[in-house]
Amino acid sequence: MDDGTDILFDLLHFEIVNWTDRAHSEEKDKDKKDEDLSNLEYIGFSTGYRLIERLTKEMPRFKDELDTMKFICTDFWSAVYKKQIDNLKTNHNGVYVLQDNNFRFLSKMSNGKQYLEAAPKYVAFTCGIIRGSLSNLNIHCVVKAEVQSLPSCKFHIQIQRT
Amino acid sequence: MAVCAAIVGKDNSPKYFCCINPDEELSYQYKVLSSLDIIEERLNPANKNASESKELFLGHLYSLETCKLYGYVTNTKIKLIIVVNAMNLTLKDNDIRSMFQKIHSEYADMVSNPFYIPGEPITSKLFDSTIKGIITGTV
Repeated sequence: MDDGTDILFDLLHFEIVNWTDRAHSEEKDKDKKDEDLSNLEYIGFSTGYRLIERLTKEMPRFKDELDTMKFICTDFWSAVYKKQIDNLKTNHNGVYVLQDNNFRFLSKMSNGKQYLEAAPKYVAFTCGIIRGSLSNLNIHCVVKAEVQSLPSCKFHIQIQRT
Repeated sequence: MAVCAAIVGKDNSPKYFCCINPDEELSYQYKVLSSLDIIEERLNPANKNASESKELFLGHLYSLETCKLYGYVTNTKIKLIIVVNAMNLTLKDNDIRSMFQKIHSEYADMVSNPFYIPGEPITSKLFDSTIKGIITGTV
């Protein structure tokens, strides 16, 4: 179903990435680059936080953490990225690894190692969206992304227990 | 028709309160806040028979001489409470359930509003009038 509405999200996301990137493009300072990524991550966080209220509206109450993660991998991922997570791994002790073999924001780039160093800024928003959603579901966590070869991507979710 | 609706945040702080008769607002606030303990109890995973149902609608919480209270908790742990007059026998559980679903929808729209910061009390006039419409049964 390609009626032009799907591509809008991609384009908007690319523009946001460009915009945060351009703010400090002149500077070689690594701190500033990290700041850009954390801005991007924060945009994702507040998007996820607001979005999850709507997506869980019709859902029955989640039984436990794993149940919530399954929701993220299936319904949530389909709603945002039009596909499901390809692989979910967990050590049953607060660490979850979500693997997407054809991640939407990376799928438009040529495969291989050429653009590997540009990848972090295209996954920061998604890290934020996951963190924001889980945080509104009362699961506080740290999300890291790992890109080994385009266009696949792994998200490591580490639950913070207090 | 219900007489009062309230939204309580995940940290049990009041987010929104709406009462058809403004004179009784304070007394309803007491009733609503005292029902939070019952909601907590129903959600407690250790309490077997209560936590079995996975529905968001908790049903009837408790009754007082003058009113009945119903609860609903979203997946994000936002608590919605509706107070119905005890004399009102026309409202069935299903009516209350659909009322909650409408309020939940409105709340989800509210959270998507960029001018609303999640976690703050809701002050929107439009939201207020919509919720009043829902509980009086005009929407």
